Amino acid sequence: MGSLVDPEYAIYTQGLTKSFGSHNAVDHIDLRVPKGSIFGFLGPNGSGKTTTIRALLALANISSGEVSLLGYKVPEEIGLALPKVGALVEGPAFYPYLSGRDNLIRFDCADRYADPSTRLERVDQALARVGLSQAASKKVHAYSLGMKQRLGIANALLQPRELLILDEPTNGLDPQGTREVRNLIRSLASEGITIFISSHLLVEIEQICTHLAVMSMGKIVAQGSVEELSTSEIRELTITTNDCERGIQALKSIGITATATGDVLKARIPHDQVAPEVIVRVLTELNVGIKGFTLLAPTLEERFVSLTGEGFDVAR
Amino acid sequence: MLRGRSFVGSGSLFISELSVLFRRRRTWAMLSTISLIPIFLAIAVALSGSALPPGEGPPFLDRVSQNGLFVGFTAMIMAIPLFLPLTVGVVAGDTIAGEASTGTLRYLLIAPVNRAKLLFVKFLGAAAFSIAATFTLMITGIIIGVILFPVGPVTLLSGDVVSIPQALLRIFLVAIYVTISLLGLSAIGLFISTLTVIPVGAMAATVVVSTVSQILGTLPQLESIHPYLLSYYWLGFADLLRNPMDLGSMASNALLQLSYIAIFGSLAYSRFTSKDILS
Repeated sequence: MGSLVDPEYAIYTQGLTKSFGSHNAVDHIDLRVPKGSIFGFLGPNGSGKTTTIRALLALANISSGEVSLLGYKVPEEIGLALPKVGALVEGPAFYPYLSGRDNLIRFDCADRYADPSTRLERVDQALARVGLSQAASKKVHAYSLGMKQRLGIANALLQPRELLILDEPTNGLDPQGTREVRNLIRSLASEGITIFISSHLLVEIEQICTHLAVMSMGKIVAQGSVEELSTSEIRELTITTNDCERGIQALKSIGITATATGDVLKARIPHDQVAPEVIVRVLTELNVGIKGFTLLAPTLEERFVSLTGEGFDVAR
Repeated sequence: MLRGRSFVGSGSLFISELSVLFRRRRTWAMLSTISLIPIFLAIAVALSGSALPPGEGPPFLDRVSQNGLFVGFTAMIMAIPLFLPLTVGVVAGDTIAGEASTGTLRYLLIAPVNRAKLLFVKFLGAAAFSIAATFTLMITGIIIGVILFPVGPVTLLSGDVVSIPQALLRIFLVAIYVTISLLGLSAIGLFISTLTVIPVGAMAATVVVSTVSQILGTLPQLESIHPYLLSYYWLGFADLLRNPMDLGSMASNALLQLSYIAIFGSLAYSRFTSKDILS
């Protein structure tokens, strides 16, 4: 069997690369998704998240590297892994002229391991789980994007799964819907299912994730548990004062280089360099009036932006 | 155990394929249009009143007003060159490309369904449509023929006269013959469908293949390749209307169509099983 890796990992990649021509859409990534984690896969649109997911599911061929899914080698043993994996890939997709229920029946018929005798029961359970029982008989072309998104999640839940791969599951959902999906993911995770969830918006998933990887231009630029990634060595110092010049001098005397904008002084200092009370005392001794003072660790969001860049040009 | 369940799954996928195909409005629109061919033909003959002199118009047309059972044969001859290939091209061209364009292909594959099995089931679906198309045409032809014209024992091409049940058997065999004729085209459509995510492109290309085959079949300079053309036996079902029945062209046609299925089925297989699904 595909035991090239530690069974601790639900998803394990080593140097996974997917290139289109000379362009590496996914460039030597080493993903380590521990079993039982809620793993947030972050990155701006176009950073290679969906291509990675396609490679994990053997929808796209791997250019180089190794992939294992639940301990099975991909693509060789993908047929053994997939029955235990539910996935939402690049948005939901359905037959618009079939009802929600008939769409799920269709996909369940394609599952060569699915038991036909329990099919209708499992379909109805999955629909109930995402709150679509009422709309089950409606044709999908009459569904809102949010309903399609939920039907896509229901499709991933047709069987008991060990791993759920959810690509942008909150796309198109209103805040209420986003909350519902988050709660659903929490409850699935509490059943021991590993959840791999991609998003371009950190705020959507940071509350529920235990682990994160950040992708930018085909590469993983950060990966680890949320605590590891939140622990920052850098603190942002912000002082509001009416005497910037003397403030800068005062800070210089304790080794802090600050810059002034209007009446605000800013500096980035290592967290163990100077205690905040020392900074305040030095400023007070030099009679620099302090109107405001903060010394903060950057938020995960700020770190995310600093890793991936900001604006439209981040992914070419 | 897994093998046994896998077999069960295969049956349900085929049933599911049929149910998806025959719940599409487009499929019913095409079948309805097909049924209009014998209806229009019969009405036109009935309204024109005067009997055609033998040998004018499409084969059998002169006999329609004397025996309603000929409506189906005549309509079939009219539908074979363009209309049937067109509808089969739509269904076969849509098989993989249609699923790819809506994105449902990726969800079928991760369900998971084996790619080779999906391809096979898609081909069976196209074949099922071919059966539906030819039988729709024939059955509508019989019904409208019975309504508008006298019906009696049928005079065959060999001059023999056969009873009505015998004639119905021949009609049934002609529908089977034409269905077989369309299987090679279905395989070509399936292959083209694995090359693109734009179903309309695959449909058009499949219809073009059938047209080109028929055009090449009319060029005497290319006589040496004629027996290998997809459409070579398409109109050859006249042999079924002789006594004794000659099943020779039925067998040759089946063999030719099987070769096309083998070649384009293999091409579709090698293409589809190695393809990146990026839609």
